[in-house]
Amino acid sequence: MESDWTREQPRTYSCKELGPWGLFNIKEDVTGHTQVKSSVQRAIRAKILEQYKEGIEGIIDDVMPKKAPLILMKCHEHINLIVMNNEVLFFNHFDGPYFPTLKLLHKYPNMLPRLQVDRGAIKFVMAGANIMCPGLTSKGARMDVSVPADAVVAITAEGKNEILAVGTTKMSTDDIKRINKNIGVETAHYLNDYLWKTVVDI
Amino acid sequence: MDSPDAPSSEHVKPREVPYCGFCSLPPEYCEFGPTLDKCKQWLSKNDKVLYAILYNTLDDQLAAASLNETPEDDKKKAKEAAKIEKQMQKKMQSKVLIKRIERTKRKCVTSVFGLENFDVDLKKAAKLFANKFACGSSVTKNNQGNDEIVVQGDVSDEIFDLILEHWPIVPEDNIDLIEDKKKGK
Ligand SMILES: [Zn+2]
Repeated sequence: MESDWTREQPRTYSCKELGPWGLFNIKEDVTGHTQVKSSVQRAIRAKILEQYKEGIEGIIDDVMPKKAPLILMKCHEHINLIVMNNEVLFFNHFDGPYFPTLKLLHKYPNMLPRLQVDRGAIKFVMAGANIMCPGLTSKGARMDVSVPADAVVAITAEGKNEILAVGTTKMSTDDIKRINKNIGVETAHYLNDYLWKTVVDI
Repeated sequence: MDSPDAPSSEHVKPREVPYCGFCSLPPEYCEFGPTLDKCKQWLSKNDKVLYAILYNTLDDQLAAASLNETPEDDKKKAKEAAKIEKQMQKKMQSKVLIKRIERTKRKCVTSVFGLENFDVDLKKAAKLFANKFACGSSVTKNNQGNDEIVVQGDVSDEIFDLILEHWPIVPEDNIDLIEDKKKGK
């Protein structure tokens, strides 16, 4: 089963954690969807608030209106999609942290701390590669914020306005600068992956 | 400590990011997709200002960048572009027919045909129509053995609007409204 998609991934892709967006297909990979009970909805909302604090406090009522039904879509590889009004807002793996989707981040780019990769890294990120430290420390890259390891971050790119990807830091930004090799940010979702192309219509 | 774009307690409005009508990416990223030529065509028609910003200065950079690309990259890209274009062409030629069919003098039904060409789940569409118009709606096979959605009542115009709103991928020009009157009324 697993070798099926690892074979198709580019060599630089080592993130198995969040599953193979590269081959994700909403028609085949979604194992079911349910409208959750209001208590569950409140719990999910509380967890997202807890996770993003100031980043989301001012906008949570717009992002997740209290009255709108929340649909939980379960996918293979234990990925869950949080859907409201036919829009995927967040996804997570098992009961791990919630990642906002790129469409949501484009609306509210201040939700997450942003790190910028250089132009040369863009095509690798859009092929599903993890982000290596040099791509975050070179001349075209920027890290204006200080972030610890295991933080969810948005990735922007040299010369671009819009967010390119979302992922998790594998080491702190200080270490990315200091060590400057290996994976800096593990890519979870990037422009033109299957989640990006997914249109939910329930 | 306060930076200018630090989130404040003020109401934050969602930004509206335009996406490429051809490949769905933010247009500034089309250059990294496989369909740049088609994307440029689309943008030059739909957003001249952005087109000028993106490509008048960008062409030189691209020319420089393509020197670093191997011929294999190019071949792969071209192949993928051709595939996507073929799919798009097929889509863009597909028609959606909304037909008003008179059953009796006063009763009629509306049939919708061809939505599946745009990857629309017909069962869900039928459900949506039923909900929106509070009427019966179902997927049935027509004489040619193709699936179509039949909605009770004359709701052609409403369905036309609903399709545009709900499935923006369907071009307005591809939707035809027709009336099928009983002969010799
Ligand atoms: Zn495009």
